[in-house]
Amino acid sequence: MIGTDSRGLVLDEPLLFEQSQPGRIGFSLPEADVPHTAPAAELLRDEITGFPELSEVDVIRHYTRLSTWNYGVDSGFYPLGSCTMKYNPKINEVAARLPGFSDIHPQTPEALNQGALELMYRLERALAEVSGFPAICLQPAAGAQGELAGMLMIRAWHEARGNKRTKVIIPDTAHGTNPATAALCGYEVVPVVSDGILSRDAVAAVMSNEVAALMITNPNTLGLFEADIRAICALVHEQGGLVYSDGANLNALMGISRPGDLGIDVMHFNLHKTFSTPHGGGGPGAGPIGVSAELIPYLPLPVIIKENQNYRFDYERPHSIGRVKAFYGHFGILVRAYSYILAMGGPGLKKATELAVLNANYIRARLEGVYALPFTERSLHEVVFSEENLGGGCRTLDVAKRLIDYGFHPPTIYFPLVVAGALMIEPTETESKQTLDDFCDALLAIAAEAEHEPDKLKQAPTRARRRRLDEATAARKPRLRWRPSSN
Amino acid sequence: MRYLPHTAADIKQMLTTIGVDATDALFSGIPADCRLTRPIDLPPGLAETDILKELRLLAAKNTPVSDWTSFLGGGAYNHFIPAVVDHLVSRSEFYTAYTPYQPEISQGTLQGIFEFQTMICQLTGMDMANASMYDGASACAEAVLLAIRAAKKRSRVLISAALPPHYRQTIATYCRYLDIELITIEATNGVTTLEQVEPLLDERVAALVVGYPNYFGCIENISTLASSVHAVDARLITAVAEPLALALFKSPGELGADIVVGDGQSFGLPLAFGGPTIGFFAVRDKDMRLLPGRLVGETVDLDDKRSFVLTLATREQHIRREKATSNICSNQGMCALMVSIYLALHGKQGLRQLAEINYARSNWLREQIADLDGFSLPFSAPVFNEFVVTCQEPVADLKKRLEQQKILAGVALGRDYPGLESGLLICVTEQNSRQQMEQLVAALAGGKR
Repeated sequence: MIGTDSRGLVLDEPLLFEQSQPGRIGFSLPEADVPHTAPAAELLRDEITGFPELSEVDVIRHYTRLSTWNYGVDSGFYPLGSCTMKYNPKINEVAARLPGFSDIHPQTPEALNQGALELMYRLERALAEVSGFPAICLQPAAGAQGELAGMLMIRAWHEARGNKRTKVIIPDTAHGTNPATAALCGYEVVPVVSDGILSRDAVAAVMSNEVAALMITNPNTLGLFEADIRAICALVHEQGGLVYSDGANLNALMGISRPGDLGIDVMHFNLHKTFSTPHGGGGPGAGPIGVSAELIPYLPLPVIIKENQNYRFDYERPHSIGRVKAFYGHFGILVRAYSYILAMGGPGLKKATELAVLNANYIRARLEGVYALPFTERSLHEVVFSEENLGGGCRTLDVAKRLIDYGFHPPTIYFPLVVAGALMIEPTETESKQTLDDFCDALLAIAAEAEHEPDKLKQAPTRARRRRLDEATAARKPRLRWRPSSN
Repeated sequence: MRYLPHTAADIKQMLTTIGVDATDALFSGIPADCRLTRPIDLPPGLAETDILKELRLLAAKNTPVSDWTSFLGGGAYNHFIPAVVDHLVSRSEFYTAYTPYQPEISQGTLQGIFEFQTMICQLTGMDMANASMYDGASACAEAVLLAIRAAKKRSRVLISAALPPHYRQTIATYCRYLDIELITIEATNGVTTLEQVEPLLDERVAALVVGYPNYFGCIENISTLASSVHAVDARLITAVAEPLALALFKSPGELGADIVVGDGQSFGLPLAFGGPTIGFFAVRDKDMRLLPGRLVGETVDLDDKRSFVLTLATREQHIRREKATSNICSNQGMCALMVSIYLALHGKQGLRQLAEINYARSNWLREQIADLDGFSLPFSAPVFNEFVVTCQEPVADLKKRLEQQKILAGVALGRDYPGLESGLLICVTEQNSRQQMEQLVAALAGGKR
């Protein structure tokens, strides 16, 4: 069944359910080698209404076609600010699929999976060396869950001291996960205006004995290093609080500066950003946390212990916040990240940081003046422009959509919130000068089009599989699943 | 370095354009007292061949279940994964993409998630499902938070002791500093009974959480529990750690559950030492705006062509910040794709037949072991592909003894269930042939009594 939208070999692809043919199956089942038995009839369900019935070839073609409607790092440049879309090395994929990693059961006795524990232990030590934190926990499933674990540990630390603190300070440049996490830990959010770089004075104005912690992203979402960070940590500590750092932007710091040396108490890593594991169209990521010595007793369960040449999981930790998910973390992702660290080595990680910062500054130098730069301090791994200079009544969204016509994935837009119509560009280190030049040429051409032919932006994209979508209707009349009656 | 494309000439030209002499000048925003003044103390980078050598050495110190005879379950299930799943998910247009924020160039991911949401609804019998959560345990914790938000002034949640221990522990962590009282309901004969639940049901209770099948592999009486819970206007949360059961047994939706969460690992995801897996999360229409996580919806583009897009973002952290329904930011996109491919391959008939094979084999083995001296069945409730036996021989000794024969006999229950120190949880899937089961029976029988 070919849909109405196909043109030659530009193929449409209906939903699985619409292609279903009664009696088709895409998998051969093993033979029944015991007598057939069944549960009592009243426990049995009827057939799964609407479930697809397809052949193996149907399924292969379906997903192969869908894949061609996507754009990934392997398709081309993907300069999403704050997301660190670097190249995902293929050896990592091979490593994660070794049966000794992919086919091991989490309930197998530890003694029989020593290689898995050793890999995790070695990854912990490597992350500790890069970040400066004495202890690492690999369990959190993603950055946001790392934040949750970290903030729960901060709360546990206060509770253990009988501190009844109720507030968390969060700068206006923060990711949305920061305030959402603070709320999950039962804290009230105190926003603080950063003016680009957060000053010690700004923190001092809101710091009090009611504040449990400050959450800070460093470098922040404008790509700026928080130059007052030592003084800010000292201030928060003096008044009995702790400092959480969002490590989303660690790609700007490897070999240059270690958050753990600066007074930060806990930080999450995004292995899917800094350590090259794939984003998978939205996940799975992995969000390990690094903590100061103070916080070690509160780490999630279990903790990996090395004794002589053996490794084991320690569950006897009375102060632990408990577990944040089943089993031990996204092990398959941890293998990929460790493979990346082996490939890069210490010197390679520093080189990656240097080139990521070089690339971002090169884009900045080529576009500054044409695109407005609201914060002019020396930026690191990303650069944030505003929509201020755009002609023809064009907005940031129009620039982003026009970039698609030029063959590029758009940058992050409208974030951080402190910049009007933000265009947040993070090239990463794995892009060549030639790619960056093509991208900058496109953005410069788009700025000229905005002046003279703004409709080209406002109608964009016209060369993608779809034109702009009616997102308002999608939200007003949600259709979140296929139903037989509706099609 | 092979991942870094810069030539020396490129770097020089770029520095000139920027107007600095060296890359070090680009770090001038970092104060001297914040600098690391020594190299990172990690060995130099390795060639691909050496990386593989190193990792193979580590992998060789592990025990793949395919090399042994494994009856381990307890939240992670050894099902066969068709070659198609890994083949398709290795298309890097899928796995090297980010969250589909630009729908015009992300229709592959978006249509894939829309189909995933639909299949989860069909399996669970629910109205709507989100784009996925981290895993079953964290999805279950988020379900508890949803129930608390929905119930407004209620702060008590009843948790079945037969819910998988990791799910219970994760709920406890998530609720640690919120004003939520968690009360454990002891299981009777392996299931959660009305006698235990009803005395606790009143207007303070927001939800009851039960497993289906539960940790002991038993099928709970969902419809009875649902009626009682609904009588006090609370929600029934059903957590499904082994969703293949839903192809055979009545769906939780059909039986009256209000929220259905679970883990999709059984559907095409490798064991991978427990992760990544995928959490699914399905609700009734009434809870749509309280749902955590991403949602994909259907719409049209300017040319009126059917299209898919992330929607209802006003629930989420990047818009609502501290008032969001959750702090979750990602979904398990690649895992959702794998689950969808697996379900599409098996389809309506294949999934049912696979569930029947799991049921028949595990119930056959259960009878065989029950006939052995020194073993008994503590619970009589119906089971799917997992069951508990009690052993006269100390469980730790028994497990060690069978390991000598390369058999992973099951999961010991003693640590999580005081009182079930002699309990062993045995799981049988389509990967366990009759020959393997006979091998297990013979090995069990060979112990000291």
